[in-house]
Amino acid sequence: MSDDTELVRRMAALAHLDVTDREVEDLGRQFADILSAFEALTRADLEGDPADAEPSGTPLRPDVERPSLAREEALANAPRTADGFFSVPKTIGGQS
Amino acid sequence: MRDATDLLADLAAGRRSVRSVVDGCLERIALLDADLQAFASVHTDEARERADALDAELAAGRAPGPLFGLPVAIKSNLCVRGHESNCGSRMLDGYRAPYTATAVQRLLDAGAVLVGTTHMDEFAMGSSGENSSFAVTRNPWDRTRAPGGSSSGSAVAVAAEMVPLALGSDTGGSVRQPASFCGVTGFKPTYGAVSRYGLVAFGSSLDQVGPIARSARDVEAALAVLCGADEHDSTSLRDYRFESDAGDGFEGLRIGLPAPFFGDAVDRDVRASVEAAVDVFCERGAKVEIVELPFTELAVPTYYVLATAEASSNLARYDGVECGRRADGDGSLAGMFAATREAGFGPEVKRRILLGTYVLSSGYYDAWYGRALAVRDRLRSEFARVFERCDLLLGPTYPTPAFSLGTAEADPVAVYQADVLTVPASLAGLPAASVPCGRVAREGADLPVGLQLIGPARGDARVLAAARAFQSASDHHHASPTATHEGAR
Repeated sequence: MSDDTELVRRMAALAHLDVTDREVEDLGRQFADILSAFEALTRADLEGDPADAEPSGTPLRPDVERPSLAREEALANAPRTADGFFSVPKTIGGQS
Repeated sequence: MRDATDLLADLAAGRRSVRSVVDGCLERIALLDADLQAFASVHTDEARERADALDAELAAGRAPGPLFGLPVAIKSNLCVRGHESNCGSRMLDGYRAPYTATAVQRLLDAGAVLVGTTHMDEFAMGSSGENSSFAVTRNPWDRTRAPGGSSSGSAVAVAAEMVPLALGSDTGGSVRQPASFCGVTGFKPTYGAVSRYGLVAFGSSLDQVGPIARSARDVEAALAVLCGADEHDSTSLRDYRFESDAGDGFEGLRIGLPAPFFGDAVDRDVRASVEAAVDVFCERGAKVEIVELPFTELAVPTYYVLATAEASSNLARYDGVECGRRADGDGSLAGMFAATREAGFGPEVKRRILLGTYVLSSGYYDAWYGRALAVRDRLRSEFARVFERCDLLLGPTYPTPAFSLGTAEADPVAVYQADVLTVPASLAGLPAASVPCGRVAREGADLPVGLQLIGPARGDARVLAAARAFQSASDHHHASPTATHEGAR
Protein backbone atom coordinates (compact mmCIF):
# COMPACT_ATOMS: atom_id res chain seq x y z
CA MET A 1 0.00 0.00 0.00
CA SER A 2 1.43 3.39 -0.99
CA ASP A 3 1.67 6.36 1.35
CA ASP A 4 -1.11 8.11 -0.56
CA THR A 5 -3.61 5.29 -0.25
CA GLU A 6 -2.74 4.90 3.44
CA LEU A 7 -3.35 8.64 3.88
CA VAL A 8 -6.73 8.36 2.16
CA ARG A 9 -7.73 5.49 4.45
CA ARG A 10 -6.76 7.50 7.53
CA MET A 11 -8.67 10.58 6.39
CA ALA A 12 -11.70 8.47 5.46
CA ALA A 13 -11.75 7.01 8.97
CA LEU A 14 -11.55 10.51 10.51
CA ALA A 15 -14.37 11.69 8.22
CA HIS A 16 -16.62 8.66 8.98
CA LEU A 17 -16.63 7.70 5.34
CA ASP A 18 -16.48 4.14 4.07
CA VAL A 19 -14.41 3.96 0.90
CA THR A 20 -14.10 1.04 -1.48
CA ASP A 21 -10.67 -0.28 -2.53
CA ARG A 22 -11.24 1.17 -5.97
CA GLU A 23 -12.02 4.60 -4.48
CA VAL A 24 -8.91 4.45 -2.32
CA GLU A 25 -6.78 3.84 -5.41
CA ASP A 26 -8.36 6.71 -7.37
CA LEU A 27 -8.44 9.12 -4.46
CA GLY A 28 -4.85 8.31 -3.48
CA ARG A 29 -3.62 9.26 -6.94
CA GLN A 30 -5.78 12.41 -7.04
CA PHE A 31 -4.70 13.39 -3.54
CA ALA A 32 -1.07 13.25 -4.59
CA ASP A 33 -1.80 15.36 -7.70
CA ILE A 34 -3.80 17.95 -5.77
CA LEU A 35 -1.29 18.34 -2.95
CA SER A 36 1.56 18.65 -5.38
CA ALA A 37 -0.30 21.28 -7.45
CA PHE A 38 -1.08 23.24 -4.27
CA GLU A 39 2.34 22.93 -2.69
CA ALA A 40 3.27 26.57 -3.44
CA LEU A 41 0.92 27.56 -0.63
CA THR A 42 3.13 25.87 1.95
CA ARG A 43 6.16 27.81 0.69
CA ALA A 44 4.53 31.26 0.37
CA ASP A 45 6.46 34.22 1.73
CA LEU A 46 4.20 35.64 4.44
CA GLU A 47 6.59 38.14 6.01
CA GLY A 48 5.00 41.35 7.31
CA ASP A 49 1.50 42.09 8.58
CA PRO A 50 -1.56 42.44 6.40
CA ALA A 51 -2.14 45.82 8.03
CA ASP A 52 -5.34 46.81 6.30
CA ALA A 53 -7.20 43.51 6.36
CA GLU A 54 -10.78 44.18 7.38
CA PRO A 55 -11.51 43.39 10.99
CA SER A 56 -14.10 40.68 11.38
CA GLY A 57 -16.39 39.94 14.27
CA THR A 58 -19.60 38.17 15.05
CA PRO A 59 -22.47 40.32 16.22
CA LEU A 60 -24.40 38.87 19.15
CA ARG A 61 -28.12 39.03 19.84
CA PRO A 62 -29.80 38.78 23.25
CA ASP A 63 -30.19 35.20 24.39
CA VAL A 64 -33.96 35.06 24.63
CA GLU A 65 -36.27 32.08 24.36
CA ARG A 66 -38.16 31.91 21.07
CA PRO A 67 -40.43 29.44 19.33
CA SER A 68 -38.60 26.78 17.34
CA LEU A 69 -39.64 23.97 15.00
CA ALA A 70 -42.44 21.76 16.29
CA ARG A 71 -41.19 18.28 17.22
CA GLU A 72 -43.06 16.56 14.40
CA GLU A 73 -41.56 19.00 11.87
CA ALA A 74 -38.06 18.43 13.20
CA LEU A 75 -38.54 14.66 12.92
CA ALA A 76 -40.33 14.69 9.57
CA ASN A 77 -37.16 14.14 7.50
CA ALA A 78 -35.55 11.56 9.79
CA PRO A 79 -35.00 8.10 8.30
CA ARG A 80 -36.08 6.46 11.57
CA THR A 81 -37.87 7.77 14.65
CA ALA A 82 -39.28 6.22 17.82
CA ASP A 83 -41.59 7.79 20.41
CA GLY A 84 -40.85 11.32 19.24
CA PHE A 85 -37.07 10.87 19.07
CA PHE A 86 -34.46 10.18 16.40
CA SER A 87 -33.74 6.47 16.40
CA VAL A 88 -30.16 5.18 15.96
CA PRO A 89 -28.41 1.82 16.49
CA LYS A 90 -27.71 0.86 20.08
CA THR A 91 -24.58 2.63 21.34
CA ILE A 92 -24.15 1.24 24.85
CA GLY A 93 -23.49 -2.39 25.51
CA GLY A 94 -23.17 -3.23 21.84
CA GLN A 95 -20.63 -2.64 19.13
CA SER A 96 -19.42 0.91 18.65
CA MET B 1 -34.11 38.59 -25.19
CA ARG B 2 -36.75 40.44 -23.23
CA ASP B 3 -35.56 41.15 -19.70
CA ALA B 4 -37.37 41.13 -16.36
CA THR B 5 -37.42 44.92 -16.06
CA ASP B 6 -39.61 45.32 -19.17
CA LEU B 7 -41.78 42.41 -18.10
CA LEU B 8 -42.26 43.86 -14.60
CA ALA B 9 -43.48 47.16 -16.06
CA ASP B 10 -46.10 45.31 -18.13
CA LEU B 11 -47.18 43.17 -15.18
CA ALA B 12 -47.53 46.05 -12.72
CA ALA B 13 -49.53 48.06 -15.25
CA GLY B 14 -51.83 45.12 -15.92
CA ARG B 15 -50.88 45.00 -19.61
CA ARG B 16 -50.10 41.31 -19.16
CA SER B 17 -51.64 39.00 -16.58
CA VAL B 18 -49.36 37.10 -14.22
CA ARG B 19 -51.14 33.92 -15.26
CA SER B 20 -50.29 34.40 -18.93
CA VAL B 21 -46.62 35.05 -18.10
CA VAL B 22 -46.39 32.06 -15.76
CA ASP B 23 -48.15 29.82 -18.30
CA GLY B 24 -45.67 31.00 -20.93
CA CYS B 25 -42.77 29.91 -18.69
CA LEU B 26 -44.39 26.55 -17.93
CA GLU B 27 -44.95 25.90 -21.64
CA ARG B 28 -41.36 26.72 -22.44
CA ILE B 29 -40.14 24.41 -19.66
CA ALA B 30 -42.37 21.64 -21.02
CA LEU B 31 -40.95 22.23 -24.50
CA LEU B 32 -37.26 22.41 -23.67
CA ASP B 33 -36.45 20.89 -20.35
CA ALA B 34 -36.64 17.20 -21.21
CA ASP B 35 -33.56 17.95 -23.27
CA LEU B 36 -31.79 20.68 -21.28
CA GLN B 37 -32.49 19.27 -17.78
CA ALA B 38 -32.38 22.61 -15.95
CA PHE B 39 -35.21 21.91 -13.51
CA ALA B 40 -35.13 19.53 -10.56
CA SER B 41 -38.80 20.22 -9.82
CA VAL B 42 -41.50 22.34 -11.45
CA HIS B 43 -44.28 23.63 -9.18
CA THR B 44 -46.93 23.86 -11.88
CA ASP B 45 -50.14 23.94 -9.84
CA GLU B 46 -48.76 26.12 -7.07
CA ALA B 47 -47.32 28.64 -9.54
CA ARG B 48 -50.64 28.89 -11.40
CA GLU B 49 -52.61 29.30 -8.18
CA ARG B 50 -50.28 32.04 -7.01
CA ALA B 51 -50.44 33.76 -10.43
CA ASP B 52 -54.24 33.82 -10.25
CA ALA B 53 -54.12 35.18 -6.71
CA LEU B 54 -51.72 37.95 -7.73
CA ASP B 55 -53.91 38.87 -10.73
CA ALA B 56 -56.89 39.07 -8.38
CA GLU B 57 -54.97 41.29 -5.97
CA LEU B 58 -54.03 43.73 -8.72
CA ALA B 59 -57.62 43.79 -9.99
CA ALA B 60 -58.77 44.58 -6.44
CA GLY B 61 -56.49 47.62 -6.41
CA ARG B 62 -53.67 46.33 -4.24
CA ALA B 63 -50.32 48.00 -4.99
CA PRO B 64 -47.93 45.58 -6.74
CA GLY B 65 -44.62 44.68 -5.08
CA PRO B 66 -41.31 45.43 -6.81
CA LEU B 67 -41.14 41.93 -8.37
CA PHE B 68 -44.89 41.60 -8.90
CA GLY B 69 -45.73 38.52 -10.93
CA LEU B 70 -42.14 37.71 -11.92
CA PRO B 71 -41.56 33.97 -12.44
CA VAL B 72 -38.38 32.80 -10.69
CA ALA B 73 -36.45 29.56 -10.31
CA ILE B 74 -34.15 28.75 -7.42
CA LYS B 75 -31.15 26.47 -7.07
CA SER B 76 -32.07 23.36 -5.13
CA ASN B 77 -29.74 24.19 -2.23
CA LEU B 78 -32.18 26.91 -1.14
CA CYS B 79 -34.89 25.80 1.24
CA VAL B 80 -38.58 26.34 0.53
CA ARG B 81 -40.95 25.12 3.19
CA GLY B 82 -42.67 21.89 2.16
CA HIS B 83 -40.67 21.50 -1.04
CA GLU B 84 -37.75 19.23 -1.83
CA SER B 85 -34.30 20.84 -1.53
CA ASN B 86 -32.06 17.95 -2.49
CA CYS B 87 -28.88 19.92 -3.16
CA GLY B 88 -28.15 17.72 -6.16
CA SER B 89 -27.30 14.88 -3.76
CA ARG B 90 -28.63 11.38 -3.20
CA MET B 91 -27.96 12.12 0.46
CA LEU B 92 -30.85 14.60 0.51
CA ASP B 93 -33.13 12.85 -1.99
CA GLY B 94 -36.65 13.52 -0.74
CA TYR B 95 -35.61 16.06 1.92
CA ARG B 96 -38.41 18.59 2.42
CA ALA B 97 -37.37 21.78 4.15
CA PRO B 98 -39.35 22.78 7.25
CA TYR B 99 -38.68 26.49 6.62
CA THR B 100 -38.02 28.94 3.77
CA ALA B 101 -34.67 30.60 3.03
CA THR B 102 -34.65 34.35 3.68
CA ALA B 103 -33.53 35.12 0.10
CA VAL B 104 -36.45 33.12 -1.31
CA GLN B 105 -38.91 34.64 1.18
CA ARG B 106 -37.81 38.14 0.17
CA LEU B 107 -38.49 37.36 -3.51
CA LEU B 108 -41.93 35.98 -2.64
CA ASP B 109 -42.75 38.97 -0.40
CA ALA B 110 -41.89 41.25 -3.35
CA GLY B 111 -44.45 39.45 -5.52
CA ALA B 112 -42.35 36.86 -7.36
CA VAL B 113 -43.83 33.51 -8.39
CA LEU B 114 -41.72 30.42 -7.65
CA VAL B 115 -41.83 28.19 -10.72
CA GLY B 116 -39.43 25.48 -9.58
CA THR B 117 -36.02 24.39 -8.34
CA THR B 118 -32.98 23.82 -10.52
CA HIS B 119 -30.33 21.13 -10.88
CA MET B 120 -26.86 21.78 -9.52
CA ASP B 121 -23.54 20.10 -8.82
CA GLU B 122 -23.85 18.07 -5.64
CA PHE B 123 -23.61 20.34 -2.58
CA ALA B 124 -22.50 23.13 -4.98
CA MET B 125 -19.16 21.42 -5.61
CA GLY B 126 -18.23 21.55 -9.27
CA SER B 127 -18.05 23.76 -12.32
CA SER B 128 -19.73 21.63 -14.98
CA GLY B 129 -23.13 20.64 -13.58
CA GLU B 130 -22.12 17.00 -14.06
CA ASN B 131 -21.70 16.29 -10.35
CA SER B 132 -25.45 16.22 -9.80
CA SER B 133 -26.81 12.87 -8.58
CA PHE B 134 -29.93 13.38 -10.66
CA ALA B 135 -29.29 14.90 -14.08
CA VAL B 136 -26.71 16.22 -16.51
CA THR B 137 -27.79 19.74 -17.44
CA ARG B 138 -26.86 20.77 -20.97
CA ASN B 139 -25.63 24.08 -22.33
CA PRO B 140 -28.33 25.55 -24.61
CA TRP B 141 -25.64 27.03 -26.90
CA ASP B 142 -24.23 23.55 -27.59
CA ARG B 143 -25.77 20.54 -25.93
CA THR B 144 -22.56 18.56 -25.98
CA ARG B 145 -21.02 21.16 -23.67
CA ALA B 146 -21.27 21.87 -19.94
CA PRO B 147 -23.48 24.73 -18.76
CA GLY B 148 -20.95 25.51 -16.03
CA GLY B 149 -21.59 25.06 -12.36
CA SER B 150 -22.43 24.68 -9.73
CA SER B 151 -25.56 26.80 -10.45
CA SER B 152 -25.97 24.93 -13.74
CA GLY B 153 -29.76 24.67 -13.88
CA SER B 154 -30.34 28.27 -12.82
CA ALA B 155 -28.08 29.62 -15.58
CA VAL B 156 -29.67 27.38 -18.22
CA ALA B 157 -33.21 28.23 -17.10
CA VAL B 158 -32.47 31.92 -17.72
CA ALA B 159 -30.39 31.45 -20.89
CA ALA B 160 -33.06 29.27 -22.53
CA GLU B 161 -35.73 31.82 -21.55
CA MET B 162 -37.61 29.42 -19.29
CA VAL B 163 -37.62 32.06 -16.52
CA PRO B 164 -36.41 35.67 -16.52
CA LEU B 165 -34.69 35.41 -13.11
CA ALA B 166 -33.12 32.63 -11.06
CA LEU B 167 -31.17 32.38 -7.83
CA GLY B 168 -27.87 30.57 -7.62
CA SER B 169 -25.16 30.44 -4.99
CA ASP B 170 -21.53 31.35 -5.45
CA THR B 171 -18.78 29.96 -3.21
CA GLY B 172 -15.84 30.16 -5.64
CA GLY B 173 -17.57 31.24 -8.87
CA SER B 174 -20.69 29.08 -9.00
CA VAL B 175 -22.93 31.92 -10.21
CA ARG B 176 -20.42 33.78 -12.37
CA GLN B 177 -18.92 30.84 -14.27
CA PRO B 178 -22.22 29.25 -15.44
CA ALA B 179 -23.47 32.75 -16.31
CA SER B 180 -20.35 33.14 -18.45
CA PHE B 181 -20.84 29.72 -20.14
CA CYS B 182 -24.53 30.36 -20.84
CA GLY B 183 -24.36 34.00 -21.96
CA VAL B 184 -26.37 35.54 -19.10
CA THR B 185 -25.66 38.06 -16.35
CA GLY B 186 -24.71 36.61 -12.96
CA PHE B 187 -23.76 38.36 -9.76
CA LYS B 188 -22.04 37.42 -6.53
CA PRO B 189 -22.83 40.10 -3.93
CA THR B 190 -20.45 41.36 -1.23
CA TYR B 191 -20.14 38.66 1.44
CA GLY B 192 -22.92 39.29 3.94
CA ALA B 193 -25.08 41.44 1.65
CA VAL B 194 -27.63 38.65 1.19
CA SER B 195 -28.68 36.33 4.02
CA ARG B 196 -27.46 32.72 3.90
CA TYR B 197 -30.29 31.52 6.15
CA GLY B 198 -31.84 28.52 4.41
CA LEU B 199 -28.94 28.09 1.98
CA VAL B 200 -27.46 24.63 2.51
CA ALA B 201 -23.93 25.34 3.76
CA PHE B 202 -20.81 24.42 1.77
CA GLY B 203 -18.05 26.93 2.67
CA SER B 204 -19.72 29.26 5.15
CA SER B 205 -17.10 32.02 5.00
CA LEU B 206 -17.44 32.13 1.20
CA ASP B 207 -21.04 31.20 0.28
CA GLN B 208 -23.28 33.94 -1.11
CA VAL B 209 -26.68 33.74 -2.78
CA GLY B 210 -26.63 35.54 -6.12
CA PRO B 211 -29.09 36.32 -8.92
CA ILE B 212 -28.81 35.24 -12.56
CA ALA B 213 -30.76 37.26 -15.13
CA ARG B 214 -30.70 38.58 -18.69
CA SER B 215 -29.42 42.05 -17.84
CA ALA B 216 -27.58 43.98 -15.14
CA ARG B 217 -30.65 46.12 -14.49
CA ASP B 218 -32.61 42.94 -13.71
CA VAL B 219 -29.91 41.94 -11.24
CA GLU B 220 -30.20 45.38 -9.66
CA ALA B 221 -33.97 44.93 -9.30
CA ALA B 222 -33.44 41.54 -7.64
CA LEU B 223 -30.68 42.78 -5.37
CA ALA B 224 -32.79 45.69 -4.12
CA VAL B 225 -35.13 43.01 -2.74
CA LEU B 226 -32.55 40.41 -1.67
CA CYS B 227 -30.08 42.57 0.28
CA GLY B 228 -30.56 43.34 3.92
CA ALA B 229 -29.74 42.28 7.45
CA ASP B 230 -31.22 39.05 8.76
CA GLU B 231 -31.26 38.10 12.41
CA HIS B 232 -31.04 34.44 11.34
CA ASP B 233 -27.61 34.97 9.74
CA SER B 234 -24.97 36.45 12.04
CA THR B 235 -22.73 37.17 9.02
CA SER B 236 -25.32 39.28 7.23
CA LEU B 237 -24.24 42.93 7.15
CA ARG B 238 -26.22 44.90 9.70
CA ASP B 239 -26.02 48.35 8.15
CA TYR B 240 -26.01 47.68 4.43
CA ARG B 241 -28.71 48.37 1.89
CA PHE B 242 -28.45 48.10 -1.86
CA GLU B 243 -29.43 51.16 -3.86
CA SER B 244 -28.71 51.18 -7.55
CA ASP B 245 -26.32 53.83 -8.77
CA ALA B 246 -28.06 56.19 -11.20
CA GLY B 247 -24.92 57.35 -13.07
CA ASP B 248 -24.05 56.24 -16.60
CA GLY B 249 -21.12 54.31 -15.14
CA PHE B 250 -18.43 55.37 -17.63
CA GLU B 251 -17.16 58.93 -17.18
CA GLY B 252 -14.16 59.12 -14.88
CA LEU B 253 -14.33 55.41 -14.09
CA ARG B 254 -10.88 54.09 -13.13
CA ILE B 255 -10.57 50.45 -14.13
CA GLY B 256 -7.77 48.13 -13.08
CA LEU B 257 -6.82 45.19 -15.28
CA PRO B 258 -5.20 42.58 -13.01
CA ALA B 259 -2.13 41.33 -14.87
CA PRO B 260 -2.70 37.66 -13.87
CA PHE B 261 -6.18 37.80 -15.47
CA PHE B 262 -4.69 38.34 -18.91
CA GLY B 263 -1.97 35.69 -18.83
CA ASP B 264 -1.29 32.69 -21.02
CA ALA B 265 -3.70 30.47 -19.11
CA VAL B 266 -6.55 32.47 -20.68
CA ASP B 267 -7.80 31.34 -24.11
CA ARG B 268 -6.69 33.77 -26.82
CA ASP B 269 -10.20 34.35 -28.19
CA VAL B 270 -11.61 34.87 -24.70
CA ARG B 271 -8.89 37.45 -24.08
CA ALA B 272 -9.73 39.20 -27.37
CA SER B 273 -13.43 39.45 -26.44
CA VAL B 274 -12.57 40.93 -23.06
CA GLU B 275 -10.09 43.36 -24.59
CA ALA B 276 -12.79 44.53 -27.01
CA ALA B 277 -14.99 45.18 -23.97
CA VAL B 278 -12.19 47.22 -22.39
CA ASP B 279 -12.22 49.37 -25.54
CA VAL B 280 -15.95 50.01 -25.06
CA PHE B 281 -15.22 51.37 -21.58
CA CYS B 282 -12.25 53.46 -22.77
CA GLU B 283 -14.08 54.99 -25.74
CA ARG B 284 -16.68 56.32 -23.33
CA GLY B 285 -14.38 58.00 -20.87
CA ALA B 286 -13.09 55.28 -18.54
CA LYS B 287 -9.37 55.13 -17.70
CA VAL B 288 -7.60 51.80 -17.47
CA GLU B 289 -4.34 50.66 -15.93
CA ILE B 290 -2.64 47.32 -15.36
CA VAL B 291 -2.55 46.35 -11.68
CA GLU B 292 -0.49 43.71 -9.92
CA LEU B 293 -2.14 41.29 -7.50
CA PRO B 294 0.69 38.86 -6.70
CA PHE B 295 -1.23 36.83 -4.13
CA THR B 296 -3.83 35.81 -6.72
CA GLU B 297 -1.22 33.24 -7.80
CA LEU B 298 -2.01 31.40 -4.57
CA ALA B 299 -5.75 31.97 -4.76
CA VAL B 300 -6.64 28.50 -6.07
CA PRO B 301 -4.82 26.45 -3.41
CA THR B 302 -5.96 28.92 -0.74
CA TYR B 303 -9.55 28.61 -1.86
CA TYR B 304 -9.49 24.81 -2.08
CA VAL B 305 -7.92 24.47 1.36
CA LEU B 306 -10.41 26.81 3.04
CA ALA B 307 -13.51 25.70 1.12
CA THR B 308 -12.83 21.99 1.63
CA ALA B 309 -11.99 22.50 5.31
CA GLU B 310 -15.30 24.26 5.82
CA ALA B 311 -17.11 21.66 3.71
CA SER B 312 -15.69 18.75 5.71
CA SER B 313 -17.07 20.40 8.83
CA ASN B 314 -20.42 21.48 7.35
CA LEU B 315 -21.09 18.10 5.73
CA ALA B 316 -20.33 16.18 8.95
CA ARG B 317 -24.01 16.65 9.80
CA TYR B 318 -25.12 14.20 7.08
CA ASP B 319 -24.91 10.99 9.04
CA GLY B 320 -28.28 9.32 8.50
CA VAL B 321 -29.77 10.51 11.81
CA GLU B 322 -31.72 13.76 11.39
CA CYS B 323 -32.48 13.76 7.69
CA GLY B 324 -31.78 12.14 4.36
CA ARG B 325 -30.96 8.57 3.45
CA ARG B 326 -29.61 5.97 5.85
CA ALA B 327 -27.55 2.87 5.12
CA ASP B 328 -27.22 0.43 8.02
CA GLY B 329 -23.68 -0.78 7.38
CA ASP B 330 -22.50 -3.29 9.98
CA GLY B 331 -25.33 -2.34 12.33
CA SER B 332 -23.22 -0.26 14.74
CA LEU B 333 -23.65 3.50 15.09
CA ALA B 334 -20.22 4.27 13.59
CA GLY B 335 -20.83 1.72 10.84
CA MET B 336 -24.18 3.35 10.05
CA PHE B 337 -22.54 6.81 9.78
CA ALA B 338 -19.80 5.58 7.44
CA ALA B 339 -22.08 3.46 5.25
CA THR B 340 -24.63 6.28 4.97
CA ARG B 341 -21.98 8.74 3.88
CA GLU B 342 -20.42 6.27 1.43
CA ALA B 343 -23.79 5.63 -0.21
CA GLY B 344 -25.06 9.21 -0.10
CA PHE B 345 -22.11 11.29 -1.35
CA GLY B 346 -20.76 11.35 -4.91
CA PRO B 347 -17.06 11.25 -5.86
CA GLU B 348 -16.37 15.00 -5.94
CA VAL B 349 -17.97 15.54 -2.52
CA LYS B 350 -15.96 12.65 -1.05
CA ARG B 351 -12.76 14.04 -2.56
CA ARG B 352 -13.39 17.44 -0.98
CA ILE B 353 -14.42 16.05 2.41
CA LEU B 354 -11.20 14.04 2.53
CA LEU B 355 -9.07 16.98 1.41
CA GLY B 356 -10.76 19.20 4.01
CA THR B 357 -10.22 16.58 6.69
CA TYR B 358 -6.56 16.39 5.72
CA VAL B 359 -5.86 20.15 5.88
CA LEU B 360 -7.52 20.37 9.29
CA SER B 361 -5.88 17.28 10.77
CA SER B 362 -3.15 17.23 13.37
CA GLY B 363 0.28 17.69 11.80
CA TYR B 364 -1.01 19.34 8.62
CA TYR B 365 -3.20 22.12 10.01
CA ASP B 366 -0.52 24.79 10.30
CA ALA B 367 1.10 24.04 6.95
CA TRP B 368 -2.16 24.11 5.02
CA TYR B 369 -5.17 25.60 6.79
CA GLY B 370 -3.23 28.13 8.87
CA ARG B 371 -1.27 29.33 5.87
CA ALA B 372 -4.39 29.55 3.71
CA LEU B 373 -5.99 31.83 6.30
CA ALA B 374 -2.88 34.01 6.27
CA VAL B 375 -2.78 34.19 2.46
CA ARG B 376 -6.44 35.13 2.44
CA ASP B 377 -5.61 38.11 4.68
CA ARG B 378 -2.78 39.13 2.35
CA LEU B 379 -5.07 38.90 -0.66
CA ARG B 380 -7.69 41.05 1.06
CA SER B 381 -5.05 43.69 1.82
CA GLU B 382 -3.82 43.58 -1.75
CA PHE B 383 -7.33 44.18 -3.10
CA ALA B 384 -7.88 47.01 -0.58
CA ARG B 385 -4.71 48.74 -1.79
CA VAL B 386 -5.67 48.36 -5.46
CA PHE B 387 -9.11 49.81 -4.77
CA GLU B 388 -7.49 52.97 -3.38
CA ARG B 389 -6.69 53.94 -6.96
CA CYS B 390 -9.21 51.92 -8.99
CA ASP B 391 -12.99 51.92 -8.87
CA LEU B 392 -13.31 48.47 -10.41
CA LEU B 393 -11.29 45.55 -11.66
CA LEU B 394 -12.03 43.96 -15.01
CA GLY B 395 -11.03 40.67 -16.62
CA PRO B 396 -12.46 37.44 -18.00
CA THR B 397 -14.78 35.38 -15.78
CA TYR B 398 -13.24 32.05 -16.83
CA PRO B 399 -10.17 31.15 -18.89
CA THR B 400 -12.19 29.32 -21.57
CA PRO B 401 -15.65 29.19 -23.11
CA ALA B 402 -17.87 26.21 -22.17
CA PHE B 403 -15.93 22.95 -22.22
CA SER B 404 -17.33 19.62 -23.45
CA LEU B 405 -19.33 17.40 -21.14
CA GLY B 406 -17.16 14.62 -19.77
CA THR B 407 -13.90 16.55 -19.57
CA ALA B 408 -14.14 17.73 -15.95
CA GLU B 409 -13.94 14.32 -14.27
CA ALA B 410 -10.90 13.34 -16.33
CA ASP B 411 -8.64 15.91 -14.66
CA PRO B 412 -9.96 17.37 -11.39
CA VAL B 413 -6.78 19.34 -10.73
CA ALA B 414 -7.02 21.18 -14.06
CA VAL B 415 -10.66 22.00 -13.31
CA TYR B 416 -9.71 23.40 -9.89
CA GLN B 417 -6.91 25.48 -11.46
CA ALA B 418 -9.36 27.02 -13.94
CA ASP B 419 -11.17 28.71 -11.02
CA VAL B 420 -8.21 31.09 -10.80
CA LEU B 421 -10.22 34.10 -12.04
CA THR B 422 -13.29 33.69 -9.82
CA VAL B 423 -11.88 32.59 -6.46
CA PRO B 424 -9.93 35.80 -5.67
CA ALA B 425 -13.14 37.85 -5.26
CA SER B 426 -14.66 35.00 -3.24
CA LEU B 427 -11.73 34.86 -0.82
CA ALA B 428 -11.83 38.63 -0.33
CA GLY B 429 -15.64 38.75 0.01
CA LEU B 430 -15.94 41.20 -2.90
CA PRO B 431 -18.90 41.80 -5.22
CA ALA B 432 -18.37 40.51 -8.75
CA ALA B 433 -20.49 40.25 -11.88
CA SER B 434 -20.19 38.17 -15.03
CA VAL B 435 -21.63 39.90 -18.09
CA PRO B 436 -21.75 38.55 -21.67
CA CYS B 437 -19.10 40.32 -23.77
CA GLY B 438 -18.90 38.33 -26.99
CA ARG B 439 -18.91 34.88 -28.52
CA VAL B 440 -16.27 32.58 -29.92
CA ALA B 441 -16.58 29.82 -32.50
CA ARG B 442 -15.66 26.30 -31.37
CA GLU B 443 -16.25 23.22 -33.53
CA GLY B 444 -19.25 24.76 -35.24
CA ALA B 445 -20.78 26.13 -32.04
CA ASP B 446 -21.12 29.77 -31.08
CA LEU B 447 -20.14 30.03 -27.41
CA PRO B 448 -20.58 33.02 -25.08
CA VAL B 449 -17.71 34.71 -23.24
CA GLY B 450 -18.15 36.41 -19.86
CA LEU B 451 -16.57 39.64 -18.69
CA GLN B 452 -15.96 39.84 -14.95
CA LEU B 453 -16.26 43.11 -13.04
CA ILE B 454 -15.05 43.13 -9.44
CA GLY B 455 -15.69 45.95 -6.96
CA PRO B 456 -14.59 46.82 -3.44
CA ALA B 457 -16.57 45.41 -0.51
CA ARG B 458 -20.01 47.07 -0.43
CA GLY B 459 -19.42 48.33 -3.97
CA ASP B 460 -22.24 46.15 -5.40
CA ALA B 461 -24.04 49.16 -6.89
CA ARG B 462 -20.84 50.37 -8.54
CA VAL B 463 -20.20 46.99 -10.17
CA LEU B 464 -23.74 46.75 -11.46
CA ALA B 465 -23.82 50.35 -12.71
CA ALA B 466 -20.73 49.59 -14.81
CA ALA B 467 -22.30 46.34 -16.02
CA ARG B 468 -25.49 48.21 -16.94
CA ALA B 469 -23.46 50.91 -18.72
CA PHE B 470 -21.62 48.24 -20.71
CA GLN B 471 -24.93 46.65 -21.69
CA SER B 472 -26.30 50.03 -22.79
CA ALA B 473 -23.30 50.27 -25.14
CA SER B 474 -23.32 46.66 -26.39
CA ASP B 475 -25.85 44.00 -27.35
CA HIS B 476 -24.13 40.76 -26.30
CA HIS B 477 -26.66 40.23 -23.51
CA HIS B 478 -29.52 40.22 -26.07
CA ALA B 479 -28.10 37.18 -27.87
CA SER B 480 -30.14 34.01 -27.51
CA PRO B 481 -28.81 30.48 -28.01
CA THR B 482 -29.90 29.22 -31.42
CA ALA B 483 -29.92 25.68 -30.05
CA THR B 484 -32.98 26.70 -28.03
CA HIS B 485 -34.93 27.28 -31.22
CA GLU B 486 -33.81 23.97 -32.65
CA GLY B 487 -35.15 22.40 -29.48
CA ALA B 488 -38.52 23.94 -30.25
CA ARG B 489 -39.01 21.85 -33.40
